[in-house]
Amino acid sequence: MFKKIINIIFFFKKKPRNHYAILKRNIIIIMMLITILPLAAMIIINFFQYRSHLKSQIIAPLYAMAEKTRHSFELFWEQRLAIIRFISTAYSFEVLSNEQNIKKILISLKKEGEGFIDISLINNQGELVSYAGPYSLLGKNYSEQVSFQETQIKGQYISNVFLGYRKYPHIVIAVQHLADNGKNWILRATIDTNFFDNLISSMGLPRQTDAFLMSKDKILQTNSLYYGNTLEKCLLQLPKVNFRSNSIEGTDNENRDIIIISSAFSMADYILVIVQPQSVALKSWYALKTDMLIIFLMSITIIIFAILKMTTIMVKRIKTSDEQRENVLSELQHAQKLSSIGRLAAGVAHEINNPLAIINEKAGLMSDLIGFAKEFNKKSKFIDLTNSILNSVVRCRKITHRLLGFSKRIDIKIESINMNHIINEVLDFLKKDILYRKIDTNLILSDSLVSIQSDHGQIQQILVNLLTNAFAAVEDYGLIEIKTKNIKNRGIRVTISDNGCGIPNNVIKNIFDPFFSTKKDKGTGLGLSITYGIIKKLGGKISVDSKIGKGSIFTFELPEKPNDLEMINE
Amino acid sequence: MKIKILLVDDEKEFIKTLAQRLKIRNFAVTTVYSGQDAIDIAKENDFDVIILDVFMPEITGIDALKQINKIKPLTQIILLTGAATVENAIQGMKLGAFDFLMKPANTELLVEKITQAHALKHEHEERIRQAEIENILKTRGW
Repeated sequence: MFKKIINIIFFFKKKPRNHYAILKRNIIIIMMLITILPLAAMIIINFFQYRSHLKSQIIAPLYAMAEKTRHSFELFWEQRLAIIRFISTAYSFEVLSNEQNIKKILISLKKEGEGFIDISLINNQGELVSYAGPYSLLGKNYSEQVSFQETQIKGQYISNVFLGYRKYPHIVIAVQHLADNGKNWILRATIDTNFFDNLISSMGLPRQTDAFLMSKDKILQTNSLYYGNTLEKCLLQLPKVNFRSNSIEGTDNENRDIIIISSAFSMADYILVIVQPQSVALKSWYALKTDMLIIFLMSITIIIFAILKMTTIMVKRIKTSDEQRENVLSELQHAQKLSSIGRLAAGVAHEINNPLAIINEKAGLMSDLIGFAKEFNKKSKFIDLTNSILNSVVRCRKITHRLLGFSKRIDIKIESINMNHIINEVLDFLKKDILYRKIDTNLILSDSLVSIQSDHGQIQQILVNLLTNAFAAVEDYGLIEIKTKNIKNRGIRVTISDNGCGIPNNVIKNIFDPFFSTKKDKGTGLGLSITYGIIKKLGGKISVDSKIGKGSIFTFELPEKPNDLEMINE
Repeated sequence: MKIKILLVDDEKEFIKTLAQRLKIRNFAVTTVYSGQDAIDIAKENDFDVIILDVFMPEITGIDALKQINKIKPLTQIILLTGAATVENAIQGMKLGAFDFLMKPANTELLVEKITQAHALKHEHEERIRQAEIENILKTRGW
C-alpha cells in the first residue's frame, strides 16, 4: 500500500511509457480501498450485531414457552404427588389394604384428578398388597424395581414413561409413608401419558416447530413430529442441561439447520425439548440479511461504476492537459526557434536588400546606358546580360521579401484592437489602387463591434493579403464588400467578398497551402498561407466560398482573446 | 519643366546610381545622405517628390518625413526601405507618405509612383491657386 502511494507521488516524475494506464489503475485501487473497505467493515459489523440481536429477539419467546410448559408439567406432578401423599397420610395401611376401600379412593381420584389409571399399595417388602385399576396385578413383587428402591430412598418417585406389566406407556408416581409404629409402605399410582401430549399441543407452537419430552438418557417420553415416537432413542445433540433453559444451533438427521431449546425438570428425570428449523426461526433475519446483501452489492456496483467513470474522466483530463501543456511547450519552443530564425532572416534580408538595391540600380543604369547608346558591337549581348542580372535581382528580391514575411509572422504582440479601425487603416493604405482602378468598396461595419485582444500588425497583414487578392480578382470598376459583426461570446467575424473571377473547385482546396499560387510569376504562394498561419496563431479560423465568374467570399473569425494568450505573451 | 526629386539614403553607391538613372529619365535629381541633410535642403528648396529611406542612422526616414511634412506639406514623399513591414508601411502612410516601396525597387514602378506623386502635388497646388484666385476676387469685389 505504502509502496503504491509512493509510486503515485512519484508518478509525474517517472512517467513510464503507459503511465496513464498505471495512474488509472492506482487511482482505482486506492479509491476502491478507501470506499469499499469501510463499507464492507460496516456491513460485517452490522451483520453480526443484527444477527445477535435478532436471534435473541427470536429465541426469547421460545425460552418463555419452554419455561411455561415446564412449570405446567411440574405443577401437574406436584398436584398428583400431593394427592397421593394426602391419601397415604389420611388412611392407615390397614384401611388401604382393603380392596373395597382402595377402589373407592381410585373412583374419587378419577373424579378429582385427571390422568389416574390405577392405584396400589406396596408393603416394605415390595409386595403389592392391594390394587384398584384395570389390570390384575395382585401378588406382583416390585422389590427389584428401580421405582420401589428410589421411593424407599427418596420418599417419593416419578418414573420415566415405560411399558411395564401393562404393555402400555405410562408413568408411575409413588410416595413412601412412614407410620408412627415404624412401619413404612408405599402408595403407588399410574398416570396416563396422554396428558403429556395434551399439554404439549396446548403450547401453541409455531408452524414446523416440534416439542417433546425426553429422559436424560435421550429416550423420548412423548411422540415427536420429526424425531421418533415414545420410548424411541432421540439422536439430537442437546444443549447443556441444567435447571434453566438453554439453546444451541445444530443440524438434524435430515440435515435441516435447527435451533434446539432444552429445559430440564428439577423434580423428575425429564427434559422438555423445543426444536424449530432455522428457516422458520430466522426468517426475518434471512430477509434482513438478503436486503443487506442487496444494498451492499448495489452500493459496491454504484461505487465501482462511479470510481471507474470518475477515474476515466480524471485521467483523460490529466492526459489532455498534459498533452496540451506539451503541445504548448513544443509550440513555444518551435515559436522561439522560429522567432530566432525569423530575426536572423529579417536581419539577413535587410542587409542583403541594400547591396541588392545597388546591384539593381547599377545593372539598371548599365541597361539604361546601353539602351540609350548607339548601336555597337555585341550591344544585344550586353542588353541580355544586364537583363539577366536584373532578373536575378528580382529572384533575390522575392527571396528576401519572403524571408521578411516569414519573420513578420513569428512575433506576436497582443493588445486591445478595434477591427473597424484597422479595416479603415488598411483601406487607406490601399486607397490608390482603389482610386486608380475605380473599385467600389462597400463597408458594412458593425457599430457595436467588440474590441478584441489580438495583434494589430498581424491583422493588418491578414487584411492586406486578403484585400490584395480581392483586388487581383476583380476587374476595374469591380465591387469589394467588407462586413464585420460580433459572434455571440466567441469574438468577431470579418467577411471580405468580391465579384471577381472566383476560384475553381480544384484550386480552392489548396489555396492555403504554402507556395501554392495561381498568379504564376507574380505571386510567391505565401500570402494565403501566411494569412492562414496568422489566423490560426491568433486562435481564429478562416474559410472560403467561391463560385467561378461570380466571386469569392473569405470569412475569418477571431476570438475575443487567443486561448494561449499567456503563453504567447511569455 | 522637370520634376524635382530629392533622394535621401545613407547608401551612397545606391543613391548615386539611382540618381543617374532618374536623370536619364528626365528628372531633376538632388541627393543627400542623411535625414538631417534632407530636412535642411527641403527647407531651402521646393522639391516635387522626396524619396526617403526609412532606416538611416540618427534621424530615421519616419522622423524626417514628419518634419518635412510640416515644412513642405505639398511635397510628396515616397518611402523606400530594405526591411519593410506592413506596420511600417501603414505608419508611414498615416503620417502622410504618398507611397511605400521596398528595396530593391523596380525602377519603372518607382518612376510611375513619382509621376503619380507629382500629379497629386500639382493637383493640390492647382487647387490652392484656384482658392487664392477666388479669395482675391472676393476680396477685391470683382
